[in-house]
Amino acid sequence: MIHCVLHDAHDTVAVVVVEGVKAGQDMNAWIMDDDRTITLKARQDIPIGHKVALKDMNTGDTVLKYGVDIGKVVAPIKTGEHAHVHNIKTKRW
Amino acid sequence: MISKDTTFHGYRRENGRVGVRNHVIILPLDDLSNSACEAVAHNVKGTLAIPHPYGRLQFGADLELHFRTLIGAGSNPNVAACVVIGIEEGWTKRVVDAIAATGKPVTGFGIELHGDHDTIMRASKVAKEYVQWASEQQRVECPITDLWVSTKCGESDTTSGCGSNPTVGNAFDKLHPLGTTLCFGETSEITGGETIVAERCATPEVRDKFMFMFNRYQDMINRWKTSDLSESQPTKGNIAGGLTTIEEKALGNIQKIGKKCTVDGVIDKAEMPTHPGLWFMDSSSAAAEMVTLCAASGFVVHFFPTGQGNVIGNPIVPVIKICANPRTVRTMSEHVDVDTTGLLQREINLDDAGDKLLEMMMRTINGRLTAAEALGHREFVLTRLFESA
Repeated sequence: MIHCVLHDAHDTVAVVVVEGVKAGQDMNAWIMDDDRTITLKARQDIPIGHKVALKDMNTGDTVLKYGVDIGKVVAPIKTGEHAHVHNIKTKRW
Repeated sequence: MISKDTTFHGYRRENGRVGVRNHVIILPLDDLSNSACEAVAHNVKGTLAIPHPYGRLQFGADLELHFRTLIGAGSNPNVAACVVIGIEEGWTKRVVDAIAATGKPVTGFGIELHGDHDTIMRASKVAKEYVQWASEQQRVECPITDLWVSTKCGESDTTSGCGSNPTVGNAFDKLHPLGTTLCFGETSEITGGETIVAERCATPEVRDKFMFMFNRYQDMINRWKTSDLSESQPTKGNIAGGLTTIEEKALGNIQKIGKKCTVDGVIDKAEMPTHPGLWFMDSSSAAAEMVTLCAASGFVVHFFPTGQGNVIGNPIVPVIKICANPRTVRTMSEHVDVDTTGLLQREINLDDAGDKLLEMMMRTINGRLTAAEALGHREFVLTRLFESA
């Protein structure tokens, strides 16, 4: 079963694609562009569609998805944690 | 599965364009004429009133867009014939004359000096003739090159960028070489991906025009914004679905133009493409506004990927919904035409998903009602550029 997907092998976040992911759960992550899977552990409950961090990130770091800059880290994020509006903001507007 | 030899059965109109629906519409010029239009549509079964809230004291570019949108809607090849009703005859005639240039039956009525009752009676008599005439129009075999397809996503979430939008992109990559006419837009929702779109432009002229439209929209946002637009773009619904920033949303959005299509032209809102290929239309990212603009530009079928579950339809254009979010497909199945949830479980690949959408497109353009049509979704929303005088 695929629990989360990412586009580019360099992405620092992946998207949870199943309902009910709980803290401590082992997840299979599918790297779509390379068509291979990796595994990681969820550190928090993460709703379907929301993102999980694939590496530890500090304030000011750039977040990569689709292999591209999607914004900046505004509060530290650990691998396996929920990554969303509470710790990532746009660099635009 | 789809090739240059693929044909479909559509309605060949007087100007050579092909429609996939056969509507007789009762089109108000302005807010004041909605009531009469709805009365005519009540009197004459099989006609469709398209009420909207604008058309008075608009001026300049905003008025031009109003006219372009109404004229484009009436001229759309999915419309067999059209009755236009306005409060006065001058502006009504302007819309009627422009629609008449397509060669289709169209008659206008001004309410002043007549009142609603007399106008409704006279317009109903014409509408009845039109609907009976339209009911005898036959679908004929048409080459796939006659097809105009637009796309815009809505209530997007992260599954849109991984699943439903790339499905549209795969279908566009297959439709583009066949000589079809395609369209995407949502100018603000390119933010963060504008260089990727610019690189896909076929010529430097197209690229310059795209960047002009992109920067014009950025200037508008910067002029009016009071925040970083969080909860507006991305929307509250997008954020609930897991989208965090406009850049993330934009990179998902542009999956809809596939991996191979070139951007072959750029149009302003509700303008009409002048040759086949993929067109970028400067446009709002609000679902009903954008789909209405696509209808006004002459597109006859629309691909609408959704994540959290947007329920939109359009009175003139069938809107095909594509969804890859298993929760949405489970909770809102009546709104979903193409389920691509298998994509995110690696059960099907992108080619399979694109073919599944194209198969549904063929069924839809040959006459199958979309979920939105069956459910009566007829959102017709005019884009405004600024205040009325």
